Order: sequence, then C-alpha cells, then structure tokens
Amino acid sequence: MSVFSDVPQAAPVAVFKLSQDFNNDQFPKKVNLGVGAYRTDEGQPWVLPVVKNVEKIIVHDDRLNHEYLPILGLPEFRSSASKIALGDESPAIQENRVGAVQCLGGTGALKMGAEFLRRFYNGNNNTKTPVYVSAPTWENHNAVFANAGFEDIRSYKYWDAEKRGLDFAGFLGDLESCPQHSIFVLHACAHNPTGTDPTHEQWKQIAEIMMKRNLFVFFDSAYQGFASGCLDKDAWAVRYFVSMDFEMLCAQSFSKNFGLYNERVGNLTVVARDADNLKRILSQMEMIVRTTWSNPPSQGARIVAITLNSTELFTEWKDNVKTMADRVLLMRAQLKAKLQALGTPGTWDHITEQIGMFSFTGLNPKQVEYMVKEKHVYLMSSGRINMCGLTTNNIDYVAESIHEAVTKCTCQDFTTQS
Amino acid sequence: ELNSVASWSCLPFTSVQILLGFAPKRSTTMALLKSNKVIYCLGKISPSLGVVSTRNSEAYKRDTNPKKMNLGVGAYRDDQASHLVLSCVRKAEAIITAKQMDKEYLAIGGLGEFAKSCAELALGNDNEVLKSGRNITVQTISGTGSLRIGANFLSRFHGPRDVYLPKPSWGNHTPIFRDAGMQLKAYRYYDPSTCGFDFKGALDDISKIPEQSVIMLHACAHNPTGVDPRPEQWKEISDIVKKRNLLVFFDMAYQGFASGDIDRDAWAVRYFIEQGHNILLSQSFAKNMGLYGERVGGFTVVCSDTDEAKRVESQLKILIRPIYSNPPMNGARIAATILNTPDLRSLWLEEVHGMANRIIKMREELVAGLKKEGSTHSWQHVTDQIGMFCFTGLKPEQVERLTKEFSVYMTKDGRISMAGVTSGNVGYLAHGIHAVTKLLNGFTIILTLVITWGKTPADFCET
Repeated sequence: MSVFSDVPQAAPVAVFKLSQDFNNDQFPKKVNLGVGAYRTDEGQPWVLPVVKNVEKIIVHDDRLNHEYLPILGLPEFRSSASKIALGDESPAIQENRVGAVQCLGGTGALKMGAEFLRRFYNGNNNTKTPVYVSAPTWENHNAVFANAGFEDIRSYKYWDAEKRGLDFAGFLGDLESCPQHSIFVLHACAHNPTGTDPTHEQWKQIAEIMMKRNLFVFFDSAYQGFASGCLDKDAWAVRYFVSMDFEMLCAQSFSKNFGLYNERVGNLTVVARDADNLKRILSQMEMIVRTTWSNPPSQGARIVAITLNSTELFTEWKDNVKTMADRVLLMRAQLKAKLQALGTPGTWDHITEQIGMFSFTGLNPKQVEYMVKEKHVYLMSSGRINMCGLTTNNIDYVAESIHEAVTKCTCQDFTTQS
Repeated sequence: ELNSVASWSCLPFTSVQILLGFAPKRSTTMALLKSNKVIYCLGKISPSLGVVSTRNSEAYKRDTNPKKMNLGVGAYRDDQASHLVLSCVRKAEAIITAKQMDKEYLAIGGLGEFAKSCAELALGNDNEVLKSGRNITVQTISGTGSLRIGANFLSRFHGPRDVYLPKPSWGNHTPIFRDAGMQLKAYRYYDPSTCGFDFKGALDDISKIPEQSVIMLHACAHNPTGVDPRPEQWKEISDIVKKRNLLVFFDMAYQGFASGDIDRDAWAVRYFIEQGHNILLSQSFAKNMGLYGERVGGFTVVCSDTDEAKRVESQLKILIRPIYSNPPMNGARIAATILNTPDLRSLWLEEVHGMANRIIKMREELVAGLKKEGSTHSWQHVTDQIGMFCFTGLKPEQVERLTKEFSVYMTKDGRISMAGVTSGNVGYLAHGIHAVTKLLNGFTIILTLVITWGKTPADFCET
C-alpha cells in the first residue's frame, strides 16, 4: 500500500490545458489566442534583438561565471529594475527607502510579497487579513495568496460585463466597505484579463480612499512598456501612489516586456517608510527566500541588468518594446474595424479602448465554446483573447469566427464567469 | 544564534528593542504611529545560518591578512582558489547559443528532456523504475527548491507526520520543512568522539521512529560532516527503515562530487529503490556541474505505478504554480545538453572526477601537513570523510582562535570547506590548526590549575 494511494488527480491549469489542446489540434487554420506570450506577425515567438545582443556579450565575457547570486539577487538588477518602476528621479529612491528582491518572474515576486505580508503585516501571522483581488483577475493571484497562508481572499468589483468597462462605482464601494487594513492587489497597467485600466482621475480617487482606510497597496506590474509602448506612461499609477507616501509592494515581471518568459525574471520592489524599516524588511525577505529557492537564477537578471545599465542597450530595448506594443495596437484597430465592417452585433469599441496584451471580448462561455470547437480558435472561457495571437494572416478568419459565434449563439448573456 | 525566534515568531519591534536594552528610535516610532502601519520586524536579532555565512564572508572580505582563507563557502574552487566554469558547460553554452532557441515558458514541471536525464543520472539508465515509468521527476529551483516542493507535498498529502533529520544536517533543512508546516526531529548520526558515523546510535534511534514518519538521508558526502555510511551499513539502515515502514527522502546534492564516480555516489539511492523503498529524491546540479547560480535541480517521487505517478504529478504542478509558475530554462538546458551529448557527458565525468580528486588530495595533504607540524592527534577522519566538507573536530574556542590569529574563516561547528583549500595554502592551514589544537604546554597547565582549583603548583608540590 503506497502512502500516496489516496492522492487525487488534480485538474490541469486551464491556460496550459488550452495550449495543449491547441497543439494537438490538426485543423490547418487553427489559432491560439490563449497563453499570454507575444507573437510576431508570422505567429512566431520573438526573442528581442537587444536580448540576443546582450546574450552574446555574456557568452563572450570570460569574467562571468555561474556562482551563486546573493540571496536577494543581483544588486545591479534589483536597483535598475526598481528604477524602471519608480522612475530615475524618484524621491523615495533618493531617500534610501526603496529596496528590492529579485524573484522568479512576476509569480515569484507576488509569492515573496504575499509570504512577507502574511507573516508581518497587520499583526504577526495574521492569516485572516482579507486579500482583495479584482473580479476578474489573473487566475493565479488567488492561489498565490492562499498558498502563502491567507484564509480570506475576496474579490473587489472591477469588470462591468454589461457596459464592457470598469465598474468604478462598484470598485470604490468595495474600497469604502472592506475591513480596514485589507490588502488590495492592483494591476499597475494593462489589467489582466480585461485590458481595462482606471484613468488617472480614477486612480487618484482609489488612492485617496486607500490612504484614508489604511488599506495595503500591492501592485502587480507585468506589462510595463508593453501597454502603451511608453515605460513612464505605464508606470503612472505606481508612481502616483509612491508620491502619495504609501508604504507598498510592487511585483514586477520582465517576462513580457523583455520576452524573457522562461528565464523567470522578476523583482519585488519594496517602498518602505524609511531606510531602517527597509533594512529590517529585507532581512526578513532573505529568510523567506532562503527556504523557498535560496537564491534566484542569474541568467535573466544579468540580461536585464546589462540592458538597463547601458544607454545604448536601454534605448534599443525601449525600441523593441515599442515594436511589440505597436503591433498589438495595430491588431486591435484592425479587429475592431473588421467586426464593424461585418456588422457583428454589439459594440466593439472596447477592443481599442482596452490596453495591453489582452482583450475581454465579452463573448460568453457558449460563444467561446463555439469558437474553440467549431472554428478551432482557442481562447479562455472568460472570453479573454491574447491580441498577440492575431496576425495579418489570421485576423480575417478570427473576425469571421467571432461574427459567427455571436450571431449563431443566441443567448445574449454577457455576464462573465471567470 | 536565535534561530527559531528569528525565523518564525515576531514581536512588535519596539518591544524587542526594549528587550534588548535600548529604546526604539523616536523617529521610527513616530513614523509608524503616523502611518498607522504596523510592520513588525525584528530589530537587531540575528537571523539564521544563511546570513551567518554572509557575515562570515563580509568579515573575510574586510580582513587584510594576505594569508587569509575562506573555508566557509560551499562552492568549489580550483587550485588557484578561483571560481571554476567547467569546460563541458562552456561547450554546452556555445551549442545552445548557436541554436538560437526561443524563450517561451517551460511547462510547470520544467524542461522534459532535463527531467528525464536527471532521473536517469540518479537511478541509472536501466533502472526498472524508469522503464516502468512509475517515477515522476520535475525540474526544480536547484536543491533548495526541490526540497521545498517535496516538503510542501508531504505536508499536504502525508501529514501530520514528522521529518527525521540526521544530527547534524544541512542548516537549511530545518527551516524548509518547518516553513512547509512539518515538525522536525533527529536521529543520531555524527559521533564527535570519533569524528565518524555513530552507526549504533543511528540504528538505535531509527528503530524507535514512529511508523510512516519521513526520514531524510544524505545520499553521499553528508553535509556538514562529510561522514557517509559504508555500503554494509546502508544495508542495515535500509532494513530497519523498512521494518519501521518509514518514508525515505534522499537529498543528493553531490553526485559525482563525492567519490568522483557518479554511480558509486548514487549507490545508496539505487540500493534503497532495489529494496522496494518508494523514495522521494532531491537532486542538485549546483556543485557537480558548477551551475550554482543557474538553479538547476530535480525532484523525484518513486510511485507504485504510472497511475499514481500521474496523480502525484498533477498535484506537484498545483504546488509549483503559485510559487514561481515554471522554472528557469538556462541551467536546465545546459545540464540536459551535457547529459545527452556523448562527448560532453564524457568530458563532464572527467571534470567532476577531477574536482573530487583535488579535494581528496587536499585532505591527504592536510593530514600530512598536520603530522609534519608535529600534531599528535589522530586526523584520520579528515581522509575518512568525503565530499566538500570536513568536520575537523575543532571546538568553538579553537575555531575562534583560528579565525582571529590566522585569518582562517570557517563555521563555529568546526566545519571547513575543502574546496577552499589549495596546494598553496594547505601548509598554512595545517600550521594554524596545529597551533590551536596542540596539547597543553606547561604554562597552560599551571594556569588551569590555578583557575580551576585556586591552587598553585607549590600546593601540589607539597602533596
């Protein structure tokens, strides 16, 4: 009798199952609008030219070896990554109260932040502190915080399925009525999966209530630069909150904006009250890192650090990022135009109003099922599509498929299940 | 060191500071009150081992003695005391660069090709377990990540059971399992009187471990003692473990690095599997491939059958996803390339043999050096022990002297990293160790008498 004979089969992670099904599909015109990775107009993954250049530099540098990084990661990476989020001139950085932990991707950064907060925020090991994630949100947010020990994970109103936009009143309502000291996971830009971000004015109101009610700010920044094409623009919300004097965490991912998906490059930026607090916070972060992965992987962090710390390479990188962002904007414009030309029922402005890699089409589960089963166009059951999966080759087919799905599947129920 | 206090229980930092005898800084307290945010931190309490070795490293860096030696680091150095990048690694990197591969996410369980060769390396290509497909092997964040996933898995599916570690064990074992929610206990392992294996003590303790508990075994090159059981001792351990129905968790961080022979170093792991134990296994490629910072490791569960392996795999993915989603590519790609390219694999085996040999040679030279210095102690344990670490048997006071007077940095438990010893400094090390361990001279004896018994030699002389 095995000690593991009672281990049940777990359900596969949806987004990866989708890719698997796509890979197994033999239909020649199949399209993958599932996983959040950038694709070129030829439908291929894209290793950024600047990354190729930097990798050459690394391979030819005999001084570099594979030694352990410090527990908190490569110092040049941590500081330059935080600068990207907060801005070179950030007063918080100048006041020596900004630190960082290099982590395994955005997931790792969220994990570290969650573990730290569970242990030290709002009391000691207070697993009952409510954690609020947006409705809907990235499907792994819930699991990250639950696994870190939080028992009470709730959602705050965010997506208004009816009007296909931000349910701002609902959002504010939740901010006003939630328990004090609740933790809020905010998407810095290019909200995943809806692509709908608050405006500057709306962010200001959000910040005001959060300050008033002592709510903890935890930003998830996975698409800086990728959303608008401009790093500073995409960091506006994060920087605004810093300027409003919040103590906060910001989980950064360099998976998308550097195309370094499989090198697991992330950074947890910590904005503390002062240098002394920062020191103690980081010392505790070390303890958490030590029992999770000891020290982070060096390759990806090196690539980013070398890039960000060289004027030329930094410029080249910004250019590469803009290339990606621009292609996405183009696909958005074209998809909307084609749907309008087809006369597909409903409004499609949200496709160009939304920002970043994803679009919440508003398709309901039945329509999604039609897309996947009948048209071999793969997207998440929430109706989320990855704009990067669109190319000049397949955009007509996708537009037609959406048109068919909407006109054939007559239950016009636009409430979104996640 | 206040290990457990520092790790897991937090007091409001103001209380801690008062406890430690000083008032909290007014500015900090005011800031906290103003912000209404109460981040409880630990003030000046020192954290655990990991950071101790960092402090050691820092002290070493500041030391201006040209003869200083850093024997605290757990990373290999060549005979010039430099970091070593293996040739097979450089060659593999060149091959990989030329292929111009993409950077798409790996699966949650990592690079399949790597996981497969990782398991083959540990178990042997012809192992029945691999043939029947009843193992699940996932790529992990080096050894630590592997142990952590294993700990999380056990905590969720094999709790509440205790984990038994050898006494002593790697310093990070305890915090990893504790953090995963498991309780730690120990079985006797190291015998300080012989600087060797306490075989009787181990068997005795293991025979009393409650059934179904988890027992952690170091596959080879025990860290920190360098003391490994002999094959016939492993056989008896296997028997008693079977009798007690214990779940075996092997930690193999030094395959190839211990004896220089990968099959020899994996002998215990393979023997246990042969004997019917369905083991858990953590592997690290940090040392044996010098891939430290690339974080290359594997976690294996040997299951009853392929169905169980599938179920276990699905649950491992559920555990991994909320920690880091999927593992880093670079190191795994290098390791897989080496293991699966015949001439790179041969080159690697040569290089790993070379590293192990250098360490064995340094052990021999250290013992020879100590004899030459005139030491009358037995230093046989230095050559009996195996792997990167050597438990010298030095006491904390002696270690302190060695550091203060000779600038030799090592951990308080008397452990030295042989990797930090070179033909250039082994003589100096022997000299230093002899100086702090040589038998008491006359003056010291007199002083001891006076202090201990308040008597002078004259008092004794009368008697």
